[in-house]
Amino acid sequence: MAIGEQGIIQQDVHGKIPLKLLEMGCFPGATVELIQIAPFKDPLYIRVNGSHLAIRKETAELVEIEISENLCETLKL
Amino acid sequence: MRDAEIIRVALVGNPNTGKSSLFNELTGLKQKVSNYPGVTVERRIGTAKIAKDVTAIISDLPGTYSINPTSLDENIVLQTFLNTEVEDYPDVVVLVADVENLKRNLFLFTQIKDLEIPVILIINMADQMKKRGICIDIDQLAQELNSQVILISTKKNQGIDRVKTAIQKYKEVPVGPFTKIASRIDPDFFPSLNKQLADIPLYKSWLLLTQHQHIQIEPALKKRIEKVDLKGHNLAKMQNRETILRYQFINNILKKTYSVDTDAATGLRFKLDKILTHKVYGYVIFAAILLMIFQSIFDWATVPMDFIDGSFATMSSWVKSQLPPGVFTELITEGIIPGIGGIIIFIPQIAILFTFVAVLEETGYMSRVVFLMDKIMRRFGMSGKSVVPLISGTACAIPAIMAARNINGWKERLITILVTPFTTCSARLPVYAILIALVIPQTRYGIFSLQGLTLMGLYLLGFAAALTSGYVLHKILNIKTSSFFVVELPNYKLPILKNVGITVYEKTKAFVFGAGKIILALSIVLWFLATHGPSDFKNAERIVTEQSVNKDNEQLLNQEIEAYKLENSYIGIAGKSIEPAIKPLGYDWKIGIALLTSFAAREVFVSTLATIYSVEDDEETNTIKQRMAAEINPDTGKGRFNLPVGMSLMIFYAFAMQCMSTLAIVKKETNSWKWPILQFVGMTVFAYVAALITYQIFS
Repeated sequence: MAIGEQGIIQQDVHGKIPLKLLEMGCFPGATVELIQIAPFKDPLYIRVNGSHLAIRKETAELVEIEISENLCETLKL
Repeated sequence: MRDAEIIRVALVGNPNTGKSSLFNELTGLKQKVSNYPGVTVERRIGTAKIAKDVTAIISDLPGTYSINPTSLDENIVLQTFLNTEVEDYPDVVVLVADVENLKRNLFLFTQIKDLEIPVILIINMADQMKKRGICIDIDQLAQELNSQVILISTKKNQGIDRVKTAIQKYKEVPVGPFTKIASRIDPDFFPSLNKQLADIPLYKSWLLLTQHQHIQIEPALKKRIEKVDLKGHNLAKMQNRETILRYQFINNILKKTYSVDTDAATGLRFKLDKILTHKVYGYVIFAAILLMIFQSIFDWATVPMDFIDGSFATMSSWVKSQLPPGVFTELITEGIIPGIGGIIIFIPQIAILFTFVAVLEETGYMSRVVFLMDKIMRRFGMSGKSVVPLISGTACAIPAIMAARNINGWKERLITILVTPFTTCSARLPVYAILIALVIPQTRYGIFSLQGLTLMGLYLLGFAAALTSGYVLHKILNIKTSSFFVVELPNYKLPILKNVGITVYEKTKAFVFGAGKIILALSIVLWFLATHGPSDFKNAERIVTEQSVNKDNEQLLNQEIEAYKLENSYIGIAGKSIEPAIKPLGYDWKIGIALLTSFAAREVFVSTLATIYSVEDDEETNTIKQRMAAEINPDTGKGRFNLPVGMSLMIFYAFAMQCMSTLAIVKKETNSWKWPILQFVGMTVFAYVAALITYQIFS
């Protein structure tokens, strides 16, 4: 996923998304936009459901998203 | 007259919603900061007169996104709502939401509403609506939420009266189960839970069941909860489902009542973020801000500090001239007045530092620093969130260590707590300030002075020591915890002066009265120890007069008597006994006394030397600095405070753990004696070695 790209969070069958992230609005069906990547490639600055959040890559990898061009992958770079 | 009605109000909300601004607007300076029993979480309580005969007691609860806690701060929020018995249990909850993140704020709203407590929704930052293209149908939203909804702007001071009216009429706010999503989370489990804990509202049972390990509840209830039959259901999965259902519920409401024109949003924020989180400019700007802070602490604070120093010297001699001579007068002029002066002298620097920290937090810049620094800090075993404690540590390690509470991973939090005392706190500043003024020349390079640069070097040294020890601890400590990291990057805001003012006032006050007590008490004890002693002390006059060669010169003779007295006082004896250990560092027994006393608190160093030299000195009008400059090293015949001694002392103070209050707070926060003891021994040994090497290099 590149800066400026958007994707949709996929169903979380295994319950991998941490509760805290869900509570901040990062739940299946929501649109995520990658706004900025910190120097040294971590953490990521995302916008989801109107919230602007910084999360670490290891956390982001738990969230499966589908990028707008229908490619299924994790929020990896 | 009728009895005044008292309404207990709990103020809750997400961080960065202006909750504390509303609190300040409602209560003004009628607020009190204390700790919650057993924990060091700050508890802010204030009173507000909201109508004739009606007073509201408002507690400002820590900011949280959800009632399910992940940190100590958030535990308090949950605790407040679950213990109906305690005195603090609120009559009404005022939830402050920010207009832009209404969805996420409503999440917390629905949780509290489901607890069947009356809750009023306050939507703050209404002044931003037009700019962000936001439109809300307030009447319909109130109807859908079955509650009161009020638009306010704490920035423009609008709507505060309506909040007061709503609090006054809190009994009109409907209560009762709200979202009714329990059966949809799991149609089998929830009815069974309801049956097992029939006397408790369902959502409360659910919270008790999922969170009882985080809070203090009565043992009987705890036993009942532990007995609840889960019937093989997975709690975590149900929690996740609950969250998603809640958001669906909220989305349905917002679809009808809230619209936003996204094109109108993000402009300035986007541009600022591009620069402030840039991989080069981001760091350059951060470094420039730090540099500016340190330069201003030294430059701006010098004038008021010199003024305070001079005023107290004048006051001492004035009082001495007014009162009849005697023990009492000596106690006042040589113990109490210099002692109080030693506290007051901190105020300019602390106030400047807290102002900067408060402004950086208020504007939203601090979160960008967290984002920028996280990866780097992780190499040193900490988190991006550790930057806040490390910077606050430049004011005082105590609030800084408390600020480490919102770091989620235990290992990252522990390392932050252990290394924070290395950062140059304001207690070191008077020590540095006086030593720099004594041993570093006043050369200037453009806008920078050599003295200012030296001070900055000492700050950098403190940070370097913090990072290095963080790295070492990271490698040594074998603690495995998952460190979960989510930070909200709020919108940029202009700081509200009133908020900054109140924060600075509260923190400075807490410092003056907290640390001040220790400093003042030690000053008095010191004065006593320096003016009393065993037999040699009492016979000082006779012994000196017999031995001295200056029998004819009364002034010189008196000085010798005073010096002899100090040497043979209790404190002199203590200083002498450690002299062999500190001689390699270039210190004599007088500095030794100051070292000993400053193990209670660093800043006592200056007031101790002030007390010692004023006991010894006959001319009272001199300032501490002049007295120190006049001190002679008998071995060399030159000034005692030369460059090697000054540098060695500064290095010692940079690293040594000399603050009892910090050790006490570390004990409290880590809940063990092991960490504060380790911290004390480690830092002090390191300081000794480093000071020894410094002295050898410079001499």
